[in-house]
Amino acid sequence: MHKQFQGSALARALAISAAIGVGALAGTPTNANAEDTITLGSAISITGKYSQEGKNASDGYNFAVKAINDKGGVKIGGKPYKLAVKYYDDESTPSRTAQLLERIINQDGIKFVLGPYGSGPTKAAAPVTEKYKIPMVEAEGASRSLFTQGYRYMFAALSTSDQYLSPLIDLAAELAEKNGKKPGDLKIAMAFENDPFSLDVRAGVVETAKKHNMKIVVDDKMPRDLSDISATLTKIKALKPDVILFSGHTKGAATSTRQMKEMGINASIIGVTHCESAKLTSQFGAAAEGILCPTQWSETLKYKDDVFGTAMDYNKAFLAAHPEYKNVPYQVAQGSAAVEIWADAFRRAQSLDPEKLRDALAATDMQTFYGNIKFSPEGNNIAKPMVLRQIQGGKYVVVAPTKYAADPVVYPRKAPQ
Amino acid sequence: MAGVIVPMWDNFQILVTAPVFNVQLILNGLSVGAVFALAAYGLALVWGVTSVKNLAQGDFVMMGGYLGYELSLHGVNPIVAIVPVGVLMFAYGWVIYALIIRRVIELDLFTSLLATFGLAITMQQVLNLVFGPDVRTLKSGFGRFELLDGMVDITQIRVVAFGLCIVLAVAMVLFLRNSRMGQAIRATAQDPRAARVLGVNTDLVYALTFSINSAICGVAGVIIAMIWVIQPFYGIAYSVRAFVVVTAAGLGNFPAVILTSLGLGVIEQYSGFILGAQFQQATVVGLLLVILMWRQTLLRRHRLALQ
Repeated sequence: MHKQFQGSALARALAISAAIGVGALAGTPTNANAEDTITLGSAISITGKYSQEGKNASDGYNFAVKAINDKGGVKIGGKPYKLAVKYYDDESTPSRTAQLLERIINQDGIKFVLGPYGSGPTKAAAPVTEKYKIPMVEAEGASRSLFTQGYRYMFAALSTSDQYLSPLIDLAAELAEKNGKKPGDLKIAMAFENDPFSLDVRAGVVETAKKHNMKIVVDDKMPRDLSDISATLTKIKALKPDVILFSGHTKGAATSTRQMKEMGINASIIGVTHCESAKLTSQFGAAAEGILCPTQWSETLKYKDDVFGTAMDYNKAFLAAHPEYKNVPYQVAQGSAAVEIWADAFRRAQSLDPEKLRDALAATDMQTFYGNIKFSPEGNNIAKPMVLRQIQGGKYVVVAPTKYAADPVVYPRKAPQ
Repeated sequence: MAGVIVPMWDNFQILVTAPVFNVQLILNGLSVGAVFALAAYGLALVWGVTSVKNLAQGDFVMMGGYLGYELSLHGVNPIVAIVPVGVLMFAYGWVIYALIIRRVIELDLFTSLLATFGLAITMQQVLNLVFGPDVRTLKSGFGRFELLDGMVDITQIRVVAFGLCIVLAVAMVLFLRNSRMGQAIRATAQDPRAARVLGVNTDLVYALTFSINSAICGVAGVIIAMIWVIQPFYGIAYSVRAFVVVTAAGLGNFPAVILTSLGLGVIEQYSGFILGAQFQQATVVGLLLVILMWRQTLLRRHRLALQ
C-alpha cells in the first residue's frame, strides 16, 4: 500500500501540488509491469472539506488492493493480474470530480473507476462514467437520488440514506408486537434537518411508517442555523409518542440528546443519526444511554469473506497496518468492500472489456466482511441492511439486524437519571 | 393543503386544552431570548458608538465558547470560566480594535463591513484549525427545576443565563448613565467631533466600547456552549439574530434591545410549536419586515406632517 501512496509525505506533496493547480498525480506501482496490472481510477478528496473522509476511503481502497495482491491478485484467463489505483485530488469539489474523471477516462485510458467521497462528488461523477460507458463501483455516496436517474454503470456498496432510520421503524413494529401492542397504534415524532441527506432519511421513515400504518404526530424540519429545538420538544412532550427520531448531522445529534434530557423527554425507542461523530457517549454520558444509532458497518457483525476473514479480522488487520486510527470508520470498510466487488467481477467476467464487467457487476451476489452485496437494477446494494447500534453502558452495541447482532435491544428505553 | 393546516390546528388545540404548555413555551422563549439579547446588546453598543456594523459578532461568541471549552479541559468549572473568558475576550477585542477597527472607523460603511466580514472568516478558520470542526458542548453540572407537578421544567443553567442577561443589562445602563466614561461614550455616540473638541479621548472610547462588546460576546459564548452547542462555523446564526434584534428595536434604545430579544424568543417558540421548526426563523425575519414597513409608514406620515 505504501508503494502506491508513499506514506503521508507524498500525500502532503500531492495536496500542495493540487493546491497550486498543477494537478495531483499519485505514484503508480513500481514493482509490476504495466501489462499485468489492472489500474482502477479514482478522483477522491485529498484536500478540502472532505479531506478526512477522502483519506478514510482511499485508505480502505489501498488496504484491499494490497490484501488482494498479496493473495496473488486476480486471475483472468489463467494469467494473474495485480490491482492498482490511480488517484487524483478532486479538492472536495464536485465539478472538479467530473473534470478529473474525463481525464482519467480520456487521457489515462482507465476503464474501471472507483467512486469519489460523498454524494455530491458521486452525483457529478456518474454522468461522466455513464457517458463513456465505463463501470464505476462507489462506496461513499448514499443519497437516494443517485439511484433514481437510471444509471447503468454505477454500483454502490453501501446502503442508501433512506435506510438510515427506517430499520428502526421495523424494529419498533417488531418489538411492539412482541409486547402485545399493535404496530398501527404507535405514534412517531420526528425532526429532520432541511438538507438533502436528512430529507432522504425522512423519506425512508415516512414510507416505512405508512407500511406499518403508524401515525406521525410531529414532523418538523429544522433549518441549518437553528440552535434551539425546545419548541419541537415541547410538542413532543405534549403528544407522548412511542418513537422519537432526530437526524441533523452532528449538531442535531448533540442538541437533541442534550435537550431531551433537559426537558425530561423519553420514549420506548429513540433514534438519532451521527451519534459517533457527535461524540454522544463522551459528551453526554447517561443522557445518551439507550439511544439507537444507525451505521453502515460494525466490526462485531458476523459477516466474512476469503480476503479478510470476518469483520473482526478486518478490523484487527487494518488497525495493525494503520496505527494512526483508533477505530475503523465505516468509510474505510466500505472502501475496501468496493475493491473486493471489483476483484470478484474481474474473476467472474474473465475479461477486461468494460461492457462485460458491467454485466458481471450487475450480477454480483456475494458476502464480504462488510456485508452482503447484491445490486438492484438502479445500482444500489439491496442485500445489506443498515446496522442499528444502541448505546448501552457508554458503548455502542449492535442490536439489529437481529440475525447478525450480538446483543438484545434494551426496550423500552429507560429515562436517564 | 389540509395536510399542513390540520396538524397546525391540532398543535394550537394542545395549547388551548393544556395551557400548562404555554408556560413551558414562554419560559423557554425568555431564556432563548436572553442569550440572543447579550450578543444583540453588544452589537447595538458598537453600532451606536462607532457606527461599525460588526459582522463578526457571532464569531466573537463562538470564540468565547471555545475559550470556555479550553478552560474546562483544564478543570475550570464553566460557570467560573465566564469571568476569565470575559477578561480574555476584552483583551482580544482591544487588540482587534487596534489592529483593524481603528483603521476603518472613519472610512465609509462598505469598508468596515468588508473588514469585519474578513475578520469573521479568519476567526472561523482559525477556530477550525485550532479546535477542529467537531461540535462541542460544556457541562454546567446544573440540574433542572420542575414546576407545576413536573409538567413544566426549565434547566437551571437557563435561569442563570436569564439572570446574567438582566444583571449585565442593568449594569450597562447604570454605567452609561452615571460613570464619567459612560458619559464620554454617550457623548461620542451623539457627535464624535464635538466630543473631541470638548476633550473626550474618542479613540479610547471606541477601543473600550469594542472591547466591552467582545467581552459580552465571550460571556454569551460560554453560556451558549452550556445550553446548546458550539462549532467554528455556527457564529453566523448569532450575527444574524443580533442584527435582526437591533434593527427591530431601533438604534440607541438599549432597554428595547433586551425586550425585543426576549419577545422574539417567545414568538419563535410559539411559531415552532404551532407551525413547526421549519417556520421558526422565518417567523422572526417576517416579523422584522413587518416592523420595518410599519416604521417606514410612521416616518412618512411624520415627514408629510413636517411639510
